[in-house]
Amino acid sequence: MRLRTFKKGIHPPGYKERTASLPVEVLPLPRQVVLPLRQHIGAPAEPIVKVGDAVVTGQKIAEANGKVSLPLHASISGKVVAIEPRPHVSGALVPAIVIEGDSAEPDVPAWQAPPRLEELSAGQLIELMKEAGLAGMGGAAFPTHVKYDPPPGKKIEYVLLNGAECEPYLTCDHRLMVERADDIILGLMGMLKAAQVSKGLIGVEANKPDAVAALEKAASGLPVEILPLKVKYPQGEERMLIYAATGRVVPAGALPIEVGAVVNNVATAAAFGEYLRTGKPLISRLITVTGAGIKNPKNLEVRLGTLVEDVINYCGGFTEPPGRIILGGPMTGPAQYRLDLPIMKGTSGIVVQTRAEVDKPDYGPCIRCGKCVDACPYNALPNIFGLYAEYDRLPEVEKYGILDCRECGSCAYVCPSRRPLLQLIKDAKRKIMASRKNG
Amino acid sequence: MLETEVVVSASPHIRTGLTTERIMWMVVIALLPAAFAGVIFFGGWSLLVILCSVLSAVLTEAAVEILLKRPVTVKDGSAAVTGLLLALTLPPTVPLLLPVLGAAFAIAIGKQVFGGLGFNPLNPALIGRAFLLASWPDLMTRWKWPASSLAWLESQADAVASATVLGLAKEGTAVQLPVLQMFLGKMSGSLGETSALALLAGGLFLLAYQIIDWRIPTGYLGTVILLSFLMGENPLFQLLAGGLLLGAFFMATDYVTTPVTPKGRLLFGIGCGLLTMLIRKYGGFPEGVCYSILLMNVTTPLLDRWTVPKRFGEVKARG
Repeated sequence: MRLRTFKKGIHPPGYKERTASLPVEVLPLPRQVVLPLRQHIGAPAEPIVKVGDAVVTGQKIAEANGKVSLPLHASISGKVVAIEPRPHVSGALVPAIVIEGDSAEPDVPAWQAPPRLEELSAGQLIELMKEAGLAGMGGAAFPTHVKYDPPPGKKIEYVLLNGAECEPYLTCDHRLMVERADDIILGLMGMLKAAQVSKGLIGVEANKPDAVAALEKAASGLPVEILPLKVKYPQGEERMLIYAATGRVVPAGALPIEVGAVVNNVATAAAFGEYLRTGKPLISRLITVTGAGIKNPKNLEVRLGTLVEDVINYCGGFTEPPGRIILGGPMTGPAQYRLDLPIMKGTSGIVVQTRAEVDKPDYGPCIRCGKCVDACPYNALPNIFGLYAEYDRLPEVEKYGILDCRECGSCAYVCPSRRPLLQLIKDAKRKIMASRKNG
Repeated sequence: MLETEVVVSASPHIRTGLTTERIMWMVVIALLPAAFAGVIFFGGWSLLVILCSVLSAVLTEAAVEILLKRPVTVKDGSAAVTGLLLALTLPPTVPLLLPVLGAAFAIAIGKQVFGGLGFNPLNPALIGRAFLLASWPDLMTRWKWPASSLAWLESQADAVASATVLGLAKEGTAVQLPVLQMFLGKMSGSLGETSALALLAGGLFLLAYQIIDWRIPTGYLGTVILLSFLMGENPLFQLLAGGLLLGAFFMATDYVTTPVTPKGRLLFGIGCGLLTMLIRKYGGFPEGVCYSILLMNVTTPLLDRWTVPKRFGEVKARG
């Protein structure tokens, strides 16, 4: 079988064996959840509850603020105890709604199933995506409904689900595809109808044959094609996936819709499928809790707003004093220094490394080996970015196309001198954007 | 809450195990067959040449770095590689002062004055060799034919002077050696350049582990073969005689002094091949590998600039 892929890229070890075959466990309801109003790209949600209000699971507690924004739903039943800035993955304090759970189990849901898919129009489906609070669950957390409302003159031709899960360590998408393929396919059917596209594509890295089999079974008789992809990083990066699946190249600086493509994570499709089936909005998600620093690695279904600390405690805590705590995968996820951070719509996992696994921060000079050039999926020259960015020579890096970098980290992964290329690139991009804003 | 300190650093949080240090030591391993062949064919003096060159390179690197109050980086193995490479380009019976001075010059002037590893424009080992050839042209061109019986520790004073195979050819002497003998390396030449078998083993090892880019040796050797046909030379003789294989696999592939772009590397190899054949055929020296690579080193920044690849989804100049 010919595996689809993109050019260049890297082959990091998978580190997935700890959790790849562990069925999803449901984390017991947390005592408290912290729901940041900003957990998607775009305008933060507007609270519609007050401190002291009683809320039930699934109840809308914040409304979308404009087109590129999303509502937020209570992820447990209880009382709103605070609406105040709380620690956020970004490192800043971000306004959040804090709900203290009542002990009244079971957790009574406040939702009703929408009409059947057959009875819904494309416009209604797009509205439902927004009502369900759907954001891209692969990590970027872009509001899903926005993708299905293309700008004038653009037409959706491909609806593509991303089941690559190319980030090392993470296996929650894998388990989702194996265990909840029906919801993924139902969600995809809803997305196809919303996009008025006749056939759906699902890209899955070839190291997950059980996921491919489960999806194929769930999609039998339906207009869905499962595309096995070569195991390579960053196979799940949106532009690389589009290229692998369709051969189309998204122009730098443009959105995938420029080439008629819409990409959603399989987890987003599953959340939409579950919503269509039951009416449950996005109040929980699957995450992988793993790494040598975690005592009992697991794939978990957790309510949004659950604190990292509660999740880690459920997994037996740390094996030893941790070296690094990463929210998301190790290639792109940010390292954190506190545990009172909430799981959000775009949080795909918690990876804890031991001290022995953490590199010393010192790095050597560029030896011009060109390994970053051979790795960069955007065919850029990361060595040049690093050399110029180190001395803040912004016009030069801009000329070499630094703004087209999608920050996959392949260059820094392969660098034998351990140069922090991605950090230098991000820093230079930020400075360029800031100077544009001010200029 | 966290009771201990954790590292907060920028992603990615995993790195390849292939560090600079590891790459350098793999190059050393890849050169060992050629060094071994040299010692077998030319005797124990060759071993002394190698040791003197490597030790001098490493000690010079440390000394310069201490003098300049920079961190001492001999652990990264790059100085050892330079010392070893230089030794392999020297006549096997050369007085030991030459490898000592050559390696010191290679490291101090060829590398450290520019800022150390990563900043030198020219291949340090070849700079060392060029320095020795210019300073002691006589001592640097006294060659030895492999002894039938191993005469260990035979220095230049004792050896029967000879020319290299290429030198003989240049003088118009018809050199007729069995191809197998040339392939094994039983002929006159530099210490580590004669055995194609040993050099190919090391080169293929580096290619297999993707330490070097196939484009450079392919471009280099391909050009030499093509030009041999065009110039009416025997391509097999051109490949096996002289320092071509050592240069193509180990010198022209030096990271620091060669282009980083794929196209640039191919052009670099082709340029080396072209210059080598021009020097061999029309130049004053019988061999042109050393100067070809040094000359091409100079073009590296230009080649890099000319061969910037088109980016994925690149949009031509906005605004």
